[in-house]
Amino acid sequence: MGFGPHLLLAVLEGLVTSAVLALTALGLSLVFGVMRVVNVAHGELFMLGAVLAWAVATAVGGSPALGFVAALVVAPLIVGAVAALAERLVLRRVDYDPEATIVATIGLLYILQQLALTFYGADARPVPPPFNIRLALPWFGYSAYKLSIVATSAVLLLLSWLVLTHTRAGLIMRATQYDRETAQAFGIPVGRVYAAVFAIGAMLAAIAAVLIVPISQAHYLMGQDPLLLSFAVVIIGGLGSLRGTVVAALLIGVSDGVISMFFSPTLAKLIATLAVAMVLVFRPQGLFGKAAR
Amino acid sequence: MSEILTVSGLDCFYGEVQVLHGLELALRRGEVLCLTGRNGAGKTTTLKAIMGLVRPRAGSIRMGGVELADLPAHEVPKQGIGYVPQGRRLFAEMTVRENLEIGLNTRKKGADTLESVLDLFPLLRERLKQQSGTLSGGEQQMLAMARALCLEPEILLLDEPTEGLMPSMIQKIRETVLALRRRGVSTILVEQRAEAVLALADRVTFVENGHCRETVGIAELKADPSALRRYVGIG
Repeated sequence: MGFGPHLLLAVLEGLVTSAVLALTALGLSLVFGVMRVVNVAHGELFMLGAVLAWAVATAVGGSPALGFVAALVVAPLIVGAVAALAERLVLRRVDYDPEATIVATIGLLYILQQLALTFYGADARPVPPPFNIRLALPWFGYSAYKLSIVATSAVLLLLSWLVLTHTRAGLIMRATQYDRETAQAFGIPVGRVYAAVFAIGAMLAAIAAVLIVPISQAHYLMGQDPLLLSFAVVIIGGLGSLRGTVVAALLIGVSDGVISMFFSPTLAKLIATLAVAMVLVFRPQGLFGKAAR
Repeated sequence: MSEILTVSGLDCFYGEVQVLHGLELALRRGEVLCLTGRNGAGKTTTLKAIMGLVRPRAGSIRMGGVELADLPAHEVPKQGIGYVPQGRRLFAEMTVRENLEIGLNTRKKGADTLESVLDLFPLLRERLKQQSGTLSGGEQQMLAMARALCLEPEILLLDEPTEGLMPSMIQKIRETVLALRRRGVSTILVEQRAEAVLALADRVTFVENGHCRETVGIAELKADPSALRRYVGIG
C-alpha cells in the first residue's frame, strides 16, 4: 500500500480510538464539571463495563449479536448502579471535598480492580462482535463494526449535548455545575443530582468499554490507559466542556493513529503527554474551558 | 399584622466560629423588614440560615406551621421563599431565559408567572436569549430579582440589592420592592444605606455581633435616627 491508503487506515483507526475516548472522557469531564470530583476510579468503571460485557455476553450465549446487545444494555446499568452506590457510601460522606474524593476514588480504583481479579481472573477475554462485515474500500477492506463504533459514539455525544442544552435535566445539571449553593436556593436537590451525574459518567465509560471490547479484550488491568488518555482529553479540551472533550478526543485519537502508523505508538503517547504539558503551562483551563473566576 | 416568619434562638457557626447568637426575628405579613448593621454583623448569615444554606446548631425558623430548620435546603424555597443573594449569584453562563426557568421550576410555575415577572422587568423581555453574565450590573440585579419572583414567593429575601448600582437602577429596584409590598409580598431586606432603609422599610431590625439588638418602626426611626448611628455608623 502507498502513503494514501496508509494514511486513510491510520485516520480510520484513530477515529475509532477517538470515538471510545470521547465517550470515556465525557463521563470524566461531566463528573468533574458538575461535582468538582476528580474520579481516579473512572478507568476501573470502564474496566468493569468490559468485564461485565464479557460476563453478560457469555451468560446469554446464542448469537453474538444477542449477547452483545444484552451486554450493551446490562453492563452500563450495573456499572451505573455501582457508581451510584459508591457516591452514596463514599463521596457523600466526605462532602465531595476535592482532596478527600481523590483519595477515596483511588481506594475505589483498587477495590474494583481487585474484585475483578478475584471474580473474573487475570485472563484477557474477548467478546465476539455483533456482526462480521468487511467494507470494501478502494485499497483495503475495513471492519464495518469499527465504523459502527464511531457512528454510535457520535449519536451518543449528540444525545448528551441535546440533553445538557435542551432539557430540564440538563438545565438542572448545569445550574448545579455553576453554583451549588444557589442551585439549592432554587429547589435543586444537589445530592440527588450528584448521584445521577456520577452514575451517568460511569455509564458512559461502561458503554465505551462495551463498544471496544469486541476489538480489544476484557482484562482486569485495562482501565489504566483509558484513565490516562481521558485525563489528557479533558485537560486539553477543558474540564466540563463537551465541545472541548470531543475536539481533544479527535486530536489525540487521530494523531495517535497516524503517528503510531508512520512512526511508533510510543512516540504518539509522548506527543500526547507533551500536548497536555503545553496546555497546562500556556492555557491551564484547556482549549475550550473557562478560566477560574 | 400576623407574623409570616419567626426566627428564635438561632445559633449559627462557620466552623467553630459562632456568628449568630440566639438571634430573634419576626417578619409580619406584607411588610418590608430591613435588617441592618455593620459588615460582619450576621445579616447575610441570617438570610442563609433561613434558606437552609447555613445549618443552625440551635434555634427555630418557622413559617406558618413548618419548621424550616428541619428541611433540607432545596425544600425551603418550595415553601414560598424567594432569595436574591448578595452579589446576585446568577448562573452567568446561562441565558436570561434559562435563569428564569430555574426560578419557575422551583415551584412548577408556568408561562403566566413568567409573563407577570417580565411585565415587572420589561427590559429583560428583550434580553431573554442573552447570556446573563454579559448583562450590566443593574440588569443582572433585575434578573436576580426576577428569578426569585418566578417562584411567586410569599416571602422575599433581598441581600443588599442596590450594592454597586448606579442611581437610576437603585431607583428601579426600590420601586420594585414597593410594588411587591403592595402585592402583599413580605420582604426581608438587608441594607446598609440609610436612605434606602428609611425609604423602603416598615420596620428596621438592627443586628450587631450576631444578635438582634433592637427592632423599631420606621416612623419611630425617622423621629429619632440615633439607632442608625449607633449600630451602622450612619444617619
